[in-house]
Amino acid sequence: MKKVLTGNFAAAYGATAARVNVIAAYPITPQTTIVEILSEIVANGELKAEFVKVESEHSALAACIGAQAVGARTFTATSAQGLALMHELIHWSARARLPIVMANVNRAMAPGWSIWADATDSISERDTGWMQIYCENNQEVFDSILMSYKIGENPDIMLPTLVNLDAFFLSHTSQVVDLYSPEEIDAFLPSYKPEHILDPDKPSSFGALTSPEHYYEFSYKIQKAHEEAKKVIQTVAGEFQKTFGRFYGLVDPYRCEDAECVLVCYGTIAGTAKEAVDALRETGVKAGVLRIRYFRPFPGEEIRRILEHVPKVGVIDRSISYGNRGPFFTETRDCLSGVQAGLYGFIAGLGGRDVSLKDIQGMVDIMRKDTPNPLIWIGVKDVC
Amino acid sequence: MCAEQAVKKKPVRLTLPEQEVMSPGHLACQGCGATLAMRYVLKSLGSKTIVSIPACCWAVIDGPFPYSAAGIPVYHCAFETAASTASGISRALSALGKTGITTLAWAGDGGTFDIGLQALSGAAERGENLIYIVYDNEAYMNTGIQRSSSTPHGAWTTTTPVKHYKKGPKKNIMEIMVAHHIPYAATANIAFPEDLVRKVDKAKAMRGTRFIHLYAPCPTGWKHAPSLTVKIARLATESNVFPLYEVENGVYKINRIVKNPKPVKDYLLMQGRFRHLTEDEVNRIQNEVNGQWERIVKLEQAFGNAPES
Repeated sequence: MKKVLTGNFAAAYGATAARVNVIAAYPITPQTTIVEILSEIVANGELKAEFVKVESEHSALAACIGAQAVGARTFTATSAQGLALMHELIHWSARARLPIVMANVNRAMAPGWSIWADATDSISERDTGWMQIYCENNQEVFDSILMSYKIGENPDIMLPTLVNLDAFFLSHTSQVVDLYSPEEIDAFLPSYKPEHILDPDKPSSFGALTSPEHYYEFSYKIQKAHEEAKKVIQTVAGEFQKTFGRFYGLVDPYRCEDAECVLVCYGTIAGTAKEAVDALRETGVKAGVLRIRYFRPFPGEEIRRILEHVPKVGVIDRSISYGNRGPFFTETRDCLSGVQAGLYGFIAGLGGRDVSLKDIQGMVDIMRKDTPNPLIWIGVKDVC
Repeated sequence: MCAEQAVKKKPVRLTLPEQEVMSPGHLACQGCGATLAMRYVLKSLGSKTIVSIPACCWAVIDGPFPYSAAGIPVYHCAFETAASTASGISRALSALGKTGITTLAWAGDGGTFDIGLQALSGAAERGENLIYIVYDNEAYMNTGIQRSSSTPHGAWTTTTPVKHYKKGPKKNIMEIMVAHHIPYAATANIAFPEDLVRKVDKAKAMRGTRFIHLYAPCPTGWKHAPSLTVKIARLATESNVFPLYEVENGVYKINRIVKNPKPVKDYLLMQGRFRHLTEDEVNRIQNEVNGQWERIVKLEQAFGNAPES
């Protein structure tokens, strides 16, 4: 069944299709409609689930943690300040190995108050142990939520996933989304059956005081799970493609095979970049796009394989790690160590500033004419 | 020998449930009131209980990985999340159709009066189906005796040193919880285990958010001999420092009326944390205790006479 949906509806429908047992969420612009739609879906009985309408994002994730520890499949959604308020529990849920799925509508951090697209909120959660996906369109939002439960709940993985969608560009923009049939989805995504739960018949404690004798190995296991997740993501992507006809890997290369310059990007900027590349190809410029879907686990080997013979690589970040470079730039450069490519780091679109076709064509111009530069601000107005 | 045989023959009349859910191998200090608290509470609740425990003494008392003394499933949660984590536990049990299991949130005064108050208020307002018990030792004891908003007037702590001892009364958590219109809120004291068990039994039989403010002395932080824990706790109620009462659907009932209350001074003198107090301060505390007691009596007069439930 196909419907015209905003990204927020796609996220809410994704959680519904995954038959989550418990939802706990708190409203924040521009995520709010996700909470509203799910309230409606639970209230009218379309989804048999408990909806905990908490008093803060911190409690939202705490409630998901408690529920997931009992063996429920849980979902929450937030944005920016809400995600930051959850920070303590973002670490907690990953270290507790609870495969919660959360939709995060990428929004800029205050002050000044901004409700527009910016990836700094989720990138600030980079080192928590959560897997992170950045979506290009609403179909991918819906599909990624389904796939994230299957990947995260794999007994070898047991990790939560943050499914990111750009504020307004996806959250409030309507696109056609295929919702498939419930039977197909149920066949793809079996119910959640974790091995270790809070069970009075088998009492045990979770998260107790842990000495240096054990803590280190818990951390090691999370890293191993991330490494293993790269394989599981590919396997699940294959299964998903077989059932639903769409393929989602760790990365999404576009016209990279013979490219002389490739733009690495994430989120909705990729859509514009692909269009820019099509136009450039018409004029004889061999350009390509490499969209990174998974920021964690970071697909370093895949990126390297695609880019190792590309002479010029530019990374577009809708985020900045103050005092250094764009975060995706730094990570991309790290995995290209030893590769003879000219590297360009572009900062663009912070706080929802539009990144136009012209901007992207301008980036390619810079890459073709100028010497490599790790930090190039696109479209900065006169500042004094 | 004769005496022993005589005891064996005599039928023992237990005033508390015989079951012991908690194991003796815990990590508490000697004379820990919080440990007795859990032991009595679990005698009532039994093993079909899941507990969320935030950062507090009990995060240590239960034992380090991979040990656990509680005898029930324990979820160690973030400091301010006892009530929100328990909300999730309770909702998941409901969503998964798991019945007959009590959800317990178990936190210290810091995790309840201070950092966890928002989550507790949220859970109570939503009417989450759980029992929340604060074991109150009147300071952050796990981090080493720092003042909380439950620390009483006059007390020494490491952050309210003798020269600048705690000024101002402790927060009235009971009235805050009663203001949430929850079905049940009660005070209890480890020195009165029958009263405590009766209250936990009553809470267990109800639905919604039930709250118990449980008084639990801390020899380490209060500076008294471990052997005096129960004696001091009893004196707290006998001097009206910590009255025993319950509020059921808004109806107040005092559970123990002390005919001749002991002087508060007796209670204060037994604890090193009050050793610096002048006669004037002791009198001030006595007056405050009298005032608090009169207030509870008036509340019972105004909102007492429980309808049959």
